[in-house]
Amino acid sequence: MNEQQPHLPLDGGASKPKPETAKPAAAAKASLPKPVLNHRSGKLLIGTRYWPTEVWKSPWSLPRYRAGALWLAGIILGIIGIGAAVGELAAWGDKLLVLMPKLGLPALAVAWIWVLIKLGCVIGVIVANGLWAVWWERKISAHIQSRFGPMYAGGFHGWAQTIFDTIKLLLKEDITPASADRVIHTLAPVITIAPCVMAFAPVLFGKELAAAKIDVGVLYIFAFAGISVIGIVMAGWASGNKYSLLGGLRAAAQMVSYELPRGFSVVPVIMFAGSLDLAVIDAAQAGYWFGFIPRWFVFYPVVGQIAFLFFLIASVAETNRTPFDIPEAESELVAGFHTEFSGMKWSMFFLTEYGYVLLSSFLLATFFLGGGAPLLPALKFIPSWIWMTGKAMSMMFVFLWFRWTFPRLRVDQLMDFNWKFLLPWSFANIALAGVVVWWGLK
Amino acid sequence: MNKEALIVSEASMHTDTMFLNMGPQHPSTHGVLRLGLTVSGEVIAKAVPDVGYLHRGIEKLMETRTYNQGVVLADRLDYCSAMPNGLAICLAAEKLMAVTAPPRAQALRVLMCELNRIASHLIFMGTYGIDIGALTPFLYAFREREMILDLFEMCCGGRLTYNYMRLGGVSNDIDDNWIAKCREFLEFFKPRVDEYDTLLSFNPIFRSRTQDVGLISAQTAKAWGLSGPNLRGSGVNYDVRKSDPYCGYDRFDFNVPLGQTGSCWDRYYCRVQEMRQSVRIIEAALADIPAGEIMAKGLAKIPKPPAGEAYAHVEASRGDLGVFLASDGNAAPYRLHLRAPCFINLAVLQEILVGNKVADVVAILGSFDIVLGEVDR
Repeated sequence: MNEQQPHLPLDGGASKPKPETAKPAAAAKASLPKPVLNHRSGKLLIGTRYWPTEVWKSPWSLPRYRAGALWLAGIILGIIGIGAAVGELAAWGDKLLVLMPKLGLPALAVAWIWVLIKLGCVIGVIVANGLWAVWWERKISAHIQSRFGPMYAGGFHGWAQTIFDTIKLLLKEDITPASADRVIHTLAPVITIAPCVMAFAPVLFGKELAAAKIDVGVLYIFAFAGISVIGIVMAGWASGNKYSLLGGLRAAAQMVSYELPRGFSVVPVIMFAGSLDLAVIDAAQAGYWFGFIPRWFVFYPVVGQIAFLFFLIASVAETNRTPFDIPEAESELVAGFHTEFSGMKWSMFFLTEYGYVLLSSFLLATFFLGGGAPLLPALKFIPSWIWMTGKAMSMMFVFLWFRWTFPRLRVDQLMDFNWKFLLPWSFANIALAGVVVWWGLK
Repeated sequence: MNKEALIVSEASMHTDTMFLNMGPQHPSTHGVLRLGLTVSGEVIAKAVPDVGYLHRGIEKLMETRTYNQGVVLADRLDYCSAMPNGLAICLAAEKLMAVTAPPRAQALRVLMCELNRIASHLIFMGTYGIDIGALTPFLYAFREREMILDLFEMCCGGRLTYNYMRLGGVSNDIDDNWIAKCREFLEFFKPRVDEYDTLLSFNPIFRSRTQDVGLISAQTAKAWGLSGPNLRGSGVNYDVRKSDPYCGYDRFDFNVPLGQTGSCWDRYYCRVQEMRQSVRIIEAALADIPAGEIMAKGLAKIPKPPAGEAYAHVEASRGDLGVFLASDGNAAPYRLHLRAPCFINLAVLQEILVGNKVADVVAILGSFDIVLGEVDR
């Protein structure tokens, strides 16, 4: 710091300036950036701040980067290890189901307890996903934008940030605007989140790991996921705010439109698997071509890739995320349909949004990425629920990645893209799938 | 059969327009601008910009202060690029006093104004990305702008309002350390502009949002008195640095980027190209900075220009910033009027917003790069 003497000493020249001798300590610190002083005030300026020019020269030489990579590898290996030790979760459920009558519980009580356990698991997954996804999104956005994101709450990389945020939201005042329709305004978040929870009933979290075995599971999920839009329109209508109204109407138009290509892009999958049951679709993708190419639907030539991409795009639109986040476009409509919501009502909308992202991720994993099937035959020791969750999380990463990379489309461009591109080509894809099935390629 | 009843015509359907009050508190009006929009569905039928929410009476305040104190206030006009504001006041007063700044001071003025132009255009690029929905370029732009602010801080201690320009020169000199840091920044910055092009400028979604939106013909642009990148986006070649060079801008070799159609994207890309040209100017200026004084000799501490009138204008980051000064021989100007480019650029909105969608309002307004501090003064 004393390498460079300011032109004017701060004490007006009363103290004698130190003689400028080459210090050995300064030579040892040569690798650190030289502190820069304002030549007039003598104040230390950017010596303590790193410019990206200094950090970017060789990021891997920084201990922080190497430690981060090691942490990440350790966490992934740890999860795989725990998974391999625990084994299939469905097997543990079966054991519990056998154990309960042995403890002397009547059959009716066993059935009820079993339903409650499954219900608790599903709701737990949705709530935990909200906590996890918000933290992860903040981390991903931060690293995309050359920031750190939350770093302090909880100690390790701010892991407790969203927990504290939730406590804050719970304690916040619940405001209903004077011009709002009080009943509908209160009902809207409930009607938005309830179908989201119900839609999770047949979702596979691993091999035979679903809350309900429904043989028309695909239809069931799409039917329930479509109900949430009513809640959003209600929220927009009842807020008594013009921006909310525009947001609610945009949401209605968008979500109703994108349900069509979303449904039609799954039709090839249903044709290949021959069933609407998620478990059958999952089982149909087991096995390998030539012993190493997994028979996942996404690897079916052309048809699989088109269906996968269309389903991904339509899912992003269904969950109102960038580049299709026009219902809540914050630069145009302030916050769209949830402008006038605060506290827990507001967080219910967010819980729904992240719930649907999770739902779409699991559906993408089940329909196209082989569900719980391992990538290579040698990796069979990792249980299916780890594979399923891993695939779903990688899909969720794509959702978050989109959000922090793309700009937003305009309303009419969004509709054009749906009706003039996605829908006709998803019809064409069904025809192509018919050819594939006819030739017996499956 | 009554066929008439089956025909649905525009007249038989009852539709109504809605008044949408956009601002003064709105995330993308870039300050406290208010737009009274009459919308039919999502299409704008009428748009009335309403200004004045940030009026501080800066012109009047300047008339009660000395010229160098006026520079302090001028920094608060267009706070995203404060350097050229002070320069315009100083140039006008210098014209009145028949003083010229020494060559080193002129080179420093050019250097600082061009650095500030880059910083200002970076803010524009980042916030315009946010207006269109891309949140990431904003952080990248601010990362680079931070380095420019560090350079300013090294030189004069200020990071937003610099108070750097003085009547007859500049306040602080630069040293070799500063020049080395500035070169380091330029080397870092040049590839980043290409990065912005791949991330934002040529992104298909971004282009579809801005390409054919908010078209302003060269005729309209001239009629409404636009200036700066907004005018050049319409293809009109007018740049004060070229047409009326000041501070030795004629010494430098640079191009004036022009748009073709006058769309939002043209205005945006004009600014991106201007950043590249500014880098050229800064490199040339750094290569030979004349030695010598940074303040003109023989000026009183409180200068009192002789009675008279003077007008000076500079190419600020947002357009042609002009200062009209009338002096009665006192230490404070008798009358000071600012030709604020943002305020004049804003007027064309009421003509071009009509017929666009609500989402386009944000895209068009953002492409004008207004700073309300200068609009309301």
